[in-house]
Amino acid sequence: MSTKATNILVPVISVILGLIVGAIIMLVSGYNPVDGYLALWNGIFGDLYTVGETLRQITPYLLAGLAVAFAFRSGLFNIGVEGQLIVGWFAAAYVGVAVELPKIIHLPLALLAAAVAGALWGFVPGLLKAKFHVHEVIVTIMMNYIALHVTNALIKTVSGGGDRTESIFASASLRSEFFENLTEFSRLHYGIILALVMVGVMWFILEKTTLGFELKAVGFNHNASQYAGMNVNKNIVLAMVISGAFAGLGGAMEALGTFEYVSSKAGFTGIGFDGIAVALLGMNTPLGVIFGATLFGSLKYGALNMPNAAGIPLEIVEIVIAVIIFFVASGYVIRLFLLRAAKKKEAK
Amino acid sequence: MTKRKFGLGLSMMLAAGTMLAACGSEEGTSTGDSGSGEEKSDFSVAMVTDVGGVDDKSFNQSAWEGLQAFGEENGLKKGDGGIDYLQSASDADYNTNLNNLIRRDFNVVFGIGFLMEGAVKEIAEQQPKAQIGIIDAVVDAPNVASVLFKEQEGAYLAGVAAALMSETKKIGFVGGMEIPVIERFEAGFLEGVKAADPSVVVDVQYTGAFDKAELGKTTANRMYSAGADIVFHAAGGTGNGVFTEAKERKEANPDENVWVIGVDADQYDEGQVGDTNVTLTSVLKGVDKAVIDISNKAKEGNFPGGETITYGLAEDGVGLADSRGAIPEDVMAKIDEYKEKIASGEITVPETVK
Repeated sequence: MSTKATNILVPVISVILGLIVGAIIMLVSGYNPVDGYLALWNGIFGDLYTVGETLRQITPYLLAGLAVAFAFRSGLFNIGVEGQLIVGWFAAAYVGVAVELPKIIHLPLALLAAAVAGALWGFVPGLLKAKFHVHEVIVTIMMNYIALHVTNALIKTVSGGGDRTESIFASASLRSEFFENLTEFSRLHYGIILALVMVGVMWFILEKTTLGFELKAVGFNHNASQYAGMNVNKNIVLAMVISGAFAGLGGAMEALGTFEYVSSKAGFTGIGFDGIAVALLGMNTPLGVIFGATLFGSLKYGALNMPNAAGIPLEIVEIVIAVIIFFVASGYVIRLFLLRAAKKKEAK
Repeated sequence: MTKRKFGLGLSMMLAAGTMLAACGSEEGTSTGDSGSGEEKSDFSVAMVTDVGGVDDKSFNQSAWEGLQAFGEENGLKKGDGGIDYLQSASDADYNTNLNNLIRRDFNVVFGIGFLMEGAVKEIAEQQPKAQIGIIDAVVDAPNVASVLFKEQEGAYLAGVAAALMSETKKIGFVGGMEIPVIERFEAGFLEGVKAADPSVVVDVQYTGAFDKAELGKTTANRMYSAGADIVFHAAGGTGNGVFTEAKERKEANPDENVWVIGVDADQYDEGQVGDTNVTLTSVLKGVDKAVIDISNKAKEGNFPGGETITYGLAEDGVGLADSRGAIPEDVMAKIDEYKEKIASGEITVPETVK
């Protein structure tokens, strides 16, 4: 079998296998898989509203995926995207509430605040890794908790004892009347454009700049990079800062687009953790992240319609969605299987 | 190889079959939808849970039980044109779930919980014809009925009960998140304890979450170990851990004096250990009553849009559950005394901790 055919077959087979196993789970639990998948399909592409909402759901996944992928390319496992996203969310909402400025200044300022907050949250583990060789996984996990509870405390202070901030001024909002009218009042906002631009920015940094070349070199082998005269420590810190900035922007999408406020959270949003899967599904490339985020966002959002239209409990739905993603992620196994099959054929 | 190829072919065919079948039934469903849209004469009502889910043994569940009771009374079945609920997996889902139910032409859609305030506000503006009810928050819109409870009044009675029943003079309070609703429970509870017996010490702990039973268990463990014999929880699912801890202690040593005061719904069943029960009583919050009340008003064409309705002791919206003999009659008499004083307005219970 040619490589080209394998490349096309692998994702197709993995999605189909995921759908079949998901169908079996629904059948065994006593629900109609046809109704279920139909509801899923309609939940994603049913009408303009759902398409708008699906795109809205994809937006933060794009940025979270970029954040994880960027760190991965530099050999760093940034589990702290969740925390960086939460501080970015807070920073953007805070700037959105605290001052009222002309839109042309206010919106970029809020976005910048989110990026800086996220970058700062990435800087700490980056610095600790570079200076003291503290493993970034441990630090970033702990930074997630710090982010969650610090922002909760700040929200309480800012809102005067409440559990959420006021809604941001319109001048800081990413909401778009144009998109709203186009998609029957979905919460689709301009953030999707920004997220796609950021995909381009990541590609540009990695592929077209010296910095990107160095980051990738450090990712491949930091000893060799050092020997070649690169400043490994500086690159580690930079990679975490840029990764954190992407994550912070992901938080800004929620703060300035989806919610227009920030409320205290009892637990993590999950977007940052899903970002790990998004990045890995996309092989840590910018284009791949678009694919991963689209798959994740569509399934996550479409799944909401399964209890609504097909009466399947949310718990079963989440298992089915997880199974589909599981099979897509295990595409490598299917590839191996196909290769073996091809080899055996040759041997005969 | 041939076998494998056959297997592959088979699975692909199966998949194709599933997809084609899906296409086939699409028309069927859509005609079904338009059918239900035409029978608007029937009254229907639905609700969206917050992230706690419909089986949280607390206010989401209570609301759904209210809807079910309303449905039974009016011969409504679960589904389009009857009663239904949607669960939310995250904060971002509230808008979608509310919208989905409104699009399915339910006459009244409830958002359960203060977490839904932002979503209800937004949807109410976009869907001016929809009638939306929100529990535990106030949304100022002409088509939204806001429901609040005087949790502090129910908790006050629990405080009186706990203070009079405690043998060690030490009791505990386990809160979920530090939000106004839970702080009302805390304020009322502390006030009630103080009124009944000022020498009783209350250990107040917030766990920061409504869905972490393990946190509730460790917090309760610390309280009981430090000598507390009654713990009142206002922490939703986290509070289930408080029950677990008390039950384990009771199981290990049936003579140990441990009690839990439940919240929102009558949590007597939660406290059952063998033949005994650790539930002293529960602070009832009549989310079910409120849901039924508003549904009935809407059915008669008097949906209280734009109004805020507050349910307190006087309206029978909060109160204590039947203790089933755990609280002796002389204590019950005292509690009833306080109850009348609050209902008549003689005692005003503060909403926040002083």
